[in-house]
Amino acid sequence: MSDDAREAVGDYQFGFHDPEHSTIRFDKGLSEQVVRDISELKNEPEWMTEIRVKAYHHFMEREMPDWGNCGSLHEINFDNVTYFLRSSNATENDWEDVPEDIKNTFNRLGIPEAEQKWLGGVTAQYESEAVYHSIREDLESQGVLFLDMDSGLKTHPEIVKKYFGSVVPHTDNKFSALNTAVWSGGSFIYVPKGVHVTMPVQAYFRINAKNMGQFERTLIIADEDSSIHYVEGCTAPTYSTDSLHSAVVELIAMKGAKIRYSTIQNWSANVFNLVTKRGVAHENATIEWVDGNIGSKLTMKYPAVLLKGEGAHAEVISVAYAGKGQHQDAGAKVHHLAPNTTSNILSKSISKNGGRSSYRGMLQVTPKAHGCRSKIVCDALILDSDSRSDTYPTMEVGNSTADLEHEASVSKVSGDQLFYLMSRGFSEEEAMGLIVNGFFEPFTRELPMEYAVELNKLLELEMEGSIG
Amino acid sequence: MAEEILRIEDLHVSVEGTPILNGMDLVINRGEVHVIMGRNGAGKSTLASVVMGHPAYEITQGSIYFKGQNLDELSVFERARAGIFLSFQYPAVIPGVQVGTFLKKSVQSVRDEPLKGRAFRKELNTAMGALEMQKGVLSRYVNDGFSGGEKKRLEILQMLLLQPQLALLDETDSGLDIDALRIVAKGINQVAPTAGCLIITHYQRLLDHVHPDFVHVMIDGTIVRSGGPELAHKLEDQGYDWLETSPEGTA
Ligand SMILES: Nc1ncnc2c1ncn2[C@@H]1O[C@H](COP(=O)(O)OP(=O)(O)O)[C@@H](O)[C@H]1O
Ligand SMILES: [Mg+2]
Repeated sequence: MSDDAREAVGDYQFGFHDPEHSTIRFDKGLSEQVVRDISELKNEPEWMTEIRVKAYHHFMEREMPDWGNCGSLHEINFDNVTYFLRSSNATENDWEDVPEDIKNTFNRLGIPEAEQKWLGGVTAQYESEAVYHSIREDLESQGVLFLDMDSGLKTHPEIVKKYFGSVVPHTDNKFSALNTAVWSGGSFIYVPKGVHVTMPVQAYFRINAKNMGQFERTLIIADEDSSIHYVEGCTAPTYSTDSLHSAVVELIAMKGAKIRYSTIQNWSANVFNLVTKRGVAHENATIEWVDGNIGSKLTMKYPAVLLKGEGAHAEVISVAYAGKGQHQDAGAKVHHLAPNTTSNILSKSISKNGGRSSYRGMLQVTPKAHGCRSKIVCDALILDSDSRSDTYPTMEVGNSTADLEHEASVSKVSGDQLFYLMSRGFSEEEAMGLIVNGFFEPFTRELPMEYAVELNKLLELEMEGSIG
Repeated sequence: MAEEILRIEDLHVSVEGTPILNGMDLVINRGEVHVIMGRNGAGKSTLASVVMGHPAYEITQGSIYFKGQNLDELSVFERARAGIFLSFQYPAVIPGVQVGTFLKKSVQSVRDEPLKGRAFRKELNTAMGALEMQKGVLSRYVNDGFSGGEKKRLEILQMLLLQPQLALLDETDSGLDIDALRIVAKGINQVAPTAGCLIITHYQRLLDHVHPDFVHVMIDGTIVRSGGPELAHKLEDQGYDWLETSPEGTA
């Protein structure tokens, strides 16, 4: 970092106290200067600075959305959020160089072992920036780029410039504007024509600092007839003050390509999780979102696919678990813009201890998109009478040849199921854990095994001590 | 000397204030097979559920002892872990939970010790072999989309694995074809010598394969008559009317 940059940063701090371990941290609050400082500190090209500034102004001018449960978004105090935090001086390439306490954190998340078995490469985002980054040699030799977003911008600005904001423009919504203004970290992936990445590649994200907002930005481009499965997992320690997580993910699947993006997020109950995820699928391409949301105070997330080319396919499989004081407002949006495109949406939610889960879906078929098929299934499981579940499906169908199916169900755990399981030696908590895991199984089976095991454990823990 | 497994004394049971069992007495010793017959609605399933500890059934009078211990003190899963097993008339469906996982976890809970993967698999293979079950069942979801016969077979498989000391079988033979009936009977006979068995059935035909020591007739929540296997034959021929009109009549 240059001295100029240091000057520009102003009130930064060095040698952050354990365990936050940061060397540079901005004061709280947002202004055009902060946005410019972030960009300058990162030595970004000017066009990126300009995009950030434009997005910042859009964010400031844009009204807070007012539909659904958006009212609670007013609880977010944007002046009380830290917009940039650099956890170590440089992006690490070697596991050996990663600081010990950061390794410990990853250890607890099970990364090293996961790496051996699953990783094609790792960018583990610790606080704002990637601290560890590696790409397996065979991936590299196939020409696959797998970088943290900041490095991606440095080394491949032409690709980033072409696609950044092309799927989720900063004007899309207030939070995509915020992300565009202050983004930091995230993954950048480019898979060349015809290359199939057979192992899932994964990154872990984590909010670690108090009042630390995370604004990662991910861009994945799968060139013609290529394929990749990207996996992302999140856990967050609990803090007493509200946290904001507002990411943007853009996927581009070229002709015949396939991208699967799997996520499990387990936010602590004070986090606002406001994520814009969208992909474009060109001719005969497939985009699959596998999205699991556990915890957070409010999650608003509707993974979207634009089916732009003939024969493209979208798959959105999501689960949400809303516990005490939590609202999961999740769903899917699929836009059939071309003929003979198909989509499947499966959404499962569990509400417990007064938690609330909502399915908000959008299915659009444009007039010229003939011969489209879509199936939407929404299942909700409500574990007690204080909890709540709603569905808000929207359909805009402009073509009478569309073949659409929509099924929705709301169920409770039956006394018969509990009695049956308990007669087989399971305690009531264990029985609930089994039922809940079973309910999420159509989602869990889509995950790499370690994630599946972790999710099942998490849900079993959630069922503990909760039965009166 | 006979070892007592189950003792039911003057049992009165109500559901939501409605009396269903009205003074039942029954003693089952280890190695004995008891059969209960009676019309639909007589209270047979209620008896089985109450012994297993179903929370909806309230014991208003009397007691149930398992190996001398008053069952009042034990919750459903504690009873299971103590060695009581109920083969359900209508086994519940547990979507998304694979039979294999379920069986392993269940056996682990009841035995209260970590299972050795290989040893368990061997045990499972043997039991499934005896019941002529296909491996494919293990990856299906518990009772989900199972035919009546498949459900009952899975109940018996669980019984073999859990090795109960008291086995309650509620209409396990209903709706089975001849082959399935023979297989289910085989399972029961495997457990019977070392356990106390209480079989609820409508049909004599199961008793061609499983030889009961006692047959009891239940009417309106009490046992009105007890006898040997010949009683089952008579019920099959004559129905229950003769018992109702002259409860003291000779069998
Ligand atoms: N959970 C329950 N709630 C209300 N009534 C019940 C319940 N369980 C059983 N009963 C009633 O108790 C009586 C006995 O039922 P059950 O024990 O199932 O009879 P059986 O198994 O002999 O056919 C029936 O009249 C039935 O309707
Ligand atoms: Mg019955």
